[in-house]
Amino acid sequence: MSLAANTGGVKVRHHSKFYWALADGFVLARRNLVQIPRIPELLVFATIQPVMFVLLFRYVFGGAIDVGGESYVNYLMAGIFVQTVAFGAVGTGVGLAEDLQKGLVDRFRSLPMARSAVLTGRTIADLVRNLFVVFVMLIVGILVGFRPEAGLAGWAGAIGLLLLLSFSFSWIGATIALLMRSTEAVQSAGFIWLFPLTFASSAFVQTDNMPGWLQTFADHQPMTQVIDAVRALLLGQAVGSHGWQALAWCLGILVVFIPLSVTLYRRVAAR
Amino acid sequence: MRHADELRSRIGLTGQYAAVDEYLTGRENLEMVGRLYHLPKREARRRADELLERFDLVDAASRLVKTYSGGMRRRLDLSASLVFSPPVLFLDEPTTGLDPRSRIAMWDIIGELVSGGTTLLLTTQYLDEADRLADRICVVDAGRVIAEGTSGELKARVGGERLEVTLEQDDGLEDAARVLERYAYADSGVRVDAERRYLVATVAGGAGLLAAVVRDLDAARVRVDELGLHRPTLDDVFLTLTGHAAEPDAPGHEELRDEKEIA
Repeated sequence: MSLAANTGGVKVRHHSKFYWALADGFVLARRNLVQIPRIPELLVFATIQPVMFVLLFRYVFGGAIDVGGESYVNYLMAGIFVQTVAFGAVGTGVGLAEDLQKGLVDRFRSLPMARSAVLTGRTIADLVRNLFVVFVMLIVGILVGFRPEAGLAGWAGAIGLLLLLSFSFSWIGATIALLMRSTEAVQSAGFIWLFPLTFASSAFVQTDNMPGWLQTFADHQPMTQVIDAVRALLLGQAVGSHGWQALAWCLGILVVFIPLSVTLYRRVAAR
Repeated sequence: MRHADELRSRIGLTGQYAAVDEYLTGRENLEMVGRLYHLPKREARRRADELLERFDLVDAASRLVKTYSGGMRRRLDLSASLVFSPPVLFLDEPTTGLDPRSRIAMWDIIGELVSGGTTLLLTTQYLDEADRLADRICVVDAGRVIAEGTSGELKARVGGERLEVTLEQDDGLEDAARVLERYAYADSGVRVDAERRYLVATVAGGAGLLAAVVRDLDAARVRVDELGLHRPTLDDVFLTLTGHAAEPDAPGHEELRDEKEIA
């Protein structure tokens, strides 16, 4: 072959902008997914942490926590699933910050690809990764005595809600990465907002025992809504208002954070 | 920019640091870039194979890039910029940190690109690189363009050739200095570095001068270890342009086409 310049007509397939935004997003999602088995440490640590939480709460604290009529392990697992996918948002941020630091984003911005693809590719890949980790956690849960009683619809609803939360929190993680840019900063900042949301929630304990002001926060924040909805779905109980509140929270986060992070990305990439 | 994507499909860019994905193989990197240029899958694969072959990366094509050497990364990075054979190519210090062999290999590839019709905009700290690859050179100091022209034009601004002599023994230094002074351009004098037994003078006379200098040194019984006539390098140009406030205009002189050196 020659290295002659392509000065003539360039062969570009014509499709709508939206088509290319999706196609480019999938090219990058694939890139992020093939990397997962090549950096096994990341997946192992993403799994070990929630496993430790399961063991800790199931066997250490669980005996001292009263959750009404339900067995504690049945109560706990919805919290674990939600915590697991929520913490996945840190992975989104770290991955994106690494692409920024290593100059890959510079390569991407020189290509005639959709600007949004770097973000959609990352968040979609993390969605798939989270689905895998939740599956592992389900097996761990069943091993320690978790007995879900959901029908097909319940499972579909619970998994759908978990994925929606995973996707929406990933965009928050991406926004943080674009603000911080360095992997180390993203690593710490990425957890700071997740801790209060995780622990001041119904993940591990019922919120009734919290002081009034904290209970007000805990009862109305998105993670509690998703946890309560997922728990009810998995245990075959009535979902009540938690379902639509969880849905509203997730969609609201997406509506705010997708445009926000795309705007930030354009600004970062324009430098 | 109104036609940003159209512009992006006509340029290639290689930054200072190899912007390739460490956890993909060489082939996967190139295929990904091809897909992001919106080439069909098969076309992206074909182009990746071509480039891997051309850049001598076939053996490493299925290895993760994190196992690549610096030179291999650079070659992969450059080939990623060439997936779409862009008519305009931007290279930012393409050989920084490369060993001499990789550097020369890179220069050969760049030379071939340029003769294939690619317009190249290259930034470099290595002036020999600019000398070798560039038709027009812009010298930038502290963000300002301080000189512009072909390599020959720039060198002409510095002035004559340098005549450099290194002696075998210390005791001939004074005699040698007297000889060189006769040839020094317009009383510019001779600089002597006694420790290295080294003398240098600016001369204007071309290669023909060398024979005369050798004869005179021989007559003065100076034993010469090394004697050479050097055309100014771009390094000299850069130092002259940036180091001194204002040099008088370069004297007119015949320019040596090839560097001549007698050892």
